[in-house]
Amino acid sequence: MRSYLDGSTAIVLGALDAGCDFFAGYPITPASGILMSMMRDLPRAGGVAIQGEDEIASIGMCLGAALAGARAMTATSGPGLSLYSENLGLAIMGEVPLVVVDVQRLGPATGGATTVAQGDVQFVRWGTSGGYPIIALAPSTIGECYTLTMKAFDLAERFRVPVFVLTDKDLNLTLGTVELDDFTPAEVRRREIDAAPDSMYRFDPSDQTNPMVRYGSGRPVRFTGSTHDEHAFITKDSERVEALNRHLIDKIEQHRDEIESTVTDLEEGARTLVVSYGSTAASMRAAVRATRAEGRAVSMITLLSLWPVPETALVQAMDGVDRIVVAELNPGLYAREIERIAGGRTVVPVTRIDGEMLAPEQIAGALA
Amino acid sequence: MTSVTVTPLGSFRNERSYPFCPGCGHGPILDALDRALTIRKIDPDKVVIVSDIGCSGLSDQYFATSAFHGLHGRSITYASGIKLADPGLEVVVIMGDGGTGIGGAHLINAARRNVGITVIVMNNLNFGMTGGQHSTTTPQGAITSTTPGGNLERPLDICGTAAVNGAAYAYRGTSFDDDLGDRIAEAMGHPGFAILDIWELCSAYYVRTNRFSRKGMEETMEELGLPRGFAARRDTPEYSAAYRAAAAADAGSPRRPAGIPVAHRSNLTRRTAVVLAGAAGGRVLSAARSAAQAGIASGLWAAQRDDYPVTVKTGHSVATLVLDPEPIDDVTTIPDVVVLVAPEGRARAAREAARLGADGLFVTVAGLPSVEHHAAMVTLDPADAGMLLAKGDMALACVAAVVTLRDLFPLRALHEAVAAAPKGAERMHEVIEAGAAMAAIAAGGSL
Ligand SMILES: Cc1ncc(C[n+]2csc(CCOP(=O)(O)OP(=O)(O)O)c2C)c(N)n1
Ligand code: SF4
Ligand SMILES: [Mg+2]
Repeated sequence: MRSYLDGSTAIVLGALDAGCDFFAGYPITPASGILMSMMRDLPRAGGVAIQGEDEIASIGMCLGAALAGARAMTATSGPGLSLYSENLGLAIMGEVPLVVVDVQRLGPATGGATTVAQGDVQFVRWGTSGGYPIIALAPSTIGECYTLTMKAFDLAERFRVPVFVLTDKDLNLTLGTVELDDFTPAEVRRREIDAAPDSMYRFDPSDQTNPMVRYGSGRPVRFTGSTHDEHAFITKDSERVEALNRHLIDKIEQHRDEIESTVTDLEEGARTLVVSYGSTAASMRAAVRATRAEGRAVSMITLLSLWPVPETALVQAMDGVDRIVVAELNPGLYAREIERIAGGRTVVPVTRIDGEMLAPEQIAGALA
Repeated sequence: MTSVTVTPLGSFRNERSYPFCPGCGHGPILDALDRALTIRKIDPDKVVIVSDIGCSGLSDQYFATSAFHGLHGRSITYASGIKLADPGLEVVVIMGDGGTGIGGAHLINAARRNVGITVIVMNNLNFGMTGGQHSTTTPQGAITSTTPGGNLERPLDICGTAAVNGAAYAYRGTSFDDDLGDRIAEAMGHPGFAILDIWELCSAYYVRTNRFSRKGMEETMEELGLPRGFAARRDTPEYSAAYRAAAAADAGSPRRPAGIPVAHRSNLTRRTAVVLAGAAGGRVLSAARSAAQAGIASGLWAAQRDDYPVTVKTGHSVATLVLDPEPIDDVTTIPDVVVLVAPEGRARAAREAARLGADGLFVTVAGLPSVEHHAAMVTLDPADAGMLLAKGDMALACVAAVVTLRDLFPLRALHEAVAAAPKGAERMHEVIEAGAAMAAIAAGGSL
């Protein structure tokens, strides 16, 4: 049967079906709907939801809860994400499984609270000191809001890292028709628990994510945001520090294939490839349909994961193409990632920064 | 959760020795915490020491318990999350006076919520780790590396602040007190938020720049009216327990979206986009929502993009409703029908009407300001409604009119969509009929 709902509702359903049992957030348009639904529904599902005194407290409570064994999620928009910055670094450093929903609105600063934008696409990746990797997924439909939120929980448990669900005002607040059959829970990995009483947390092999032990489960668990050895004691020993930081990179970078996700729709003989993500991808798909209806060949790729950059699928899709159009609602922020791997092909950003949605006609116009 | 029985330890310290300067008050306070843990005989893995940042923030490393060493000023937030997620854990925060400044909001709010954590403030009246700068608790006149001419700021009353905001337990003492271990044990055992403001000496900085001593510290406490003793000791409901009790009392189950069965048939053969431009409070969005649900009940796919100012009860309210026999991906679209429902929607209606295609339709209500466009136009006349339409009725009446004019789906489907409304369904049925009647008359029998 069909139903009528918006992206925020789909994200909440995805979180509940993934076993989320802790949520903390602070009201901000266009992410407040997630907070309000969680405040009502999470206790009914046996979890805890709380409105923090600010975003710093909200993400901080999530980190504490995660260490006590909870599957934690928070949701915000640009101004709140700015306040998450330092704690995101802590989550990376302490290898905390955490899902962060960023419902983008127009920035900078307060910007446009009810205005659509995709300006946080680099911010989520580089938004804390150090430059260490996170994972970011980007639904482009209401159905994907559900499936990718579940996947975010799965990847957070798998890699012990903050996983972003990067959406935008349009995706979260636009109502659409869905098939309820598409809203059936997927398998979400449980946290791998270290059951061996005398085993040690390790940094080698560097790409291996360690199982966790929760507070109160039979042996003391130490956690720190300072550079540390395998027992979470602070160290400046350069060999240990490098092993730790290398591990934070390798556990993600060497397993990109488990994360990267795209939908490719390539056409024989196409010389132009269109790249998009989030709600802009819907405009791209409409533009490509219209262009093909006129008998012109064009290929397209929707990016469902943004960080790490899904390079394998992108490079494959670029084969035989000499022009790449990147459609996004910002000053061309992700286009630079495409340019980096485009092997000298012309990269054409199609952007909009006036708070309006990219229209299919605007993208079609760039598909010369 | 499994629990391992641990023989009560003689000490909760590990083999590591303190890193603090000789004469620093941090060590004696940690010794007192060790005594408190020994008194309370808790499994070490059930104790989480949450340390802040600073010399005080090093503290967790000298205990055989669980630990969380996070960011400067945020220790109370981690501790609250841990306690909320697992109320069975004993959570102790150790923070400096620096942490009470940068994290002041968390201190006040955790006290106000009365989360069952115990906060020990190692209050040495300055920032030790970063080089003796003044903190929120530095007394007036004190010389620090950032107040070379003497501090002008009034010091924070940590206990008073926590107490006045609802903390269950607030106590001020010093690192020299013999009963400090007992006080900490008592605070840990007290349900709710407990805070101990423990004054002590930073031998490296504050003591040197102010020729400070134990005696001077005791005199300063008296002078400032911040003596040793209790600021609060009361029974008030602990938050994580109160939360669980409230959740248990709410017997509902999490909402799942309701399915919309297909009970009608639509004659629509192609995508149709309707822009409804009206006023906030005019029920524009809910009228569009009812139409969408009616469309889905007629086998169509529907999508809806709403636009309104942040102050939701004033100005315009615009819904773009797309109905399509095929699944809808993009909602940004050239409109087929633009409806001006109220004067507040005029600017947006004008913009959208200018984009109307050759077979587009502009619908307006008699008496509304005119809008420039080149499409066919229908003016609905409330005089034909057969009832007195209020401001809040007009959007639904217009929707019913468009359904009639464009044969989007059977009007019955719209009636059924509003029937489920918690209140006012009766009137909405009348309004739908009124809208259809206005459309029939305006179209002059050409329907
Ligand atoms: C966000 C942030 N700002 C500044 C610092 C630098 N810093 C480290 S310790 C400290 C002050 C610690 O003073 P206090 O809390 O009184 O602890 P003490 O060293 O006196 O025990 C500061 C400002 C930091 N770590 N993080
Ligand atoms: S600097 Fe001050 S607070 Fe830090 S260890 Fe030395 S005496 Fe203690
Ligand atoms: Mg201090």
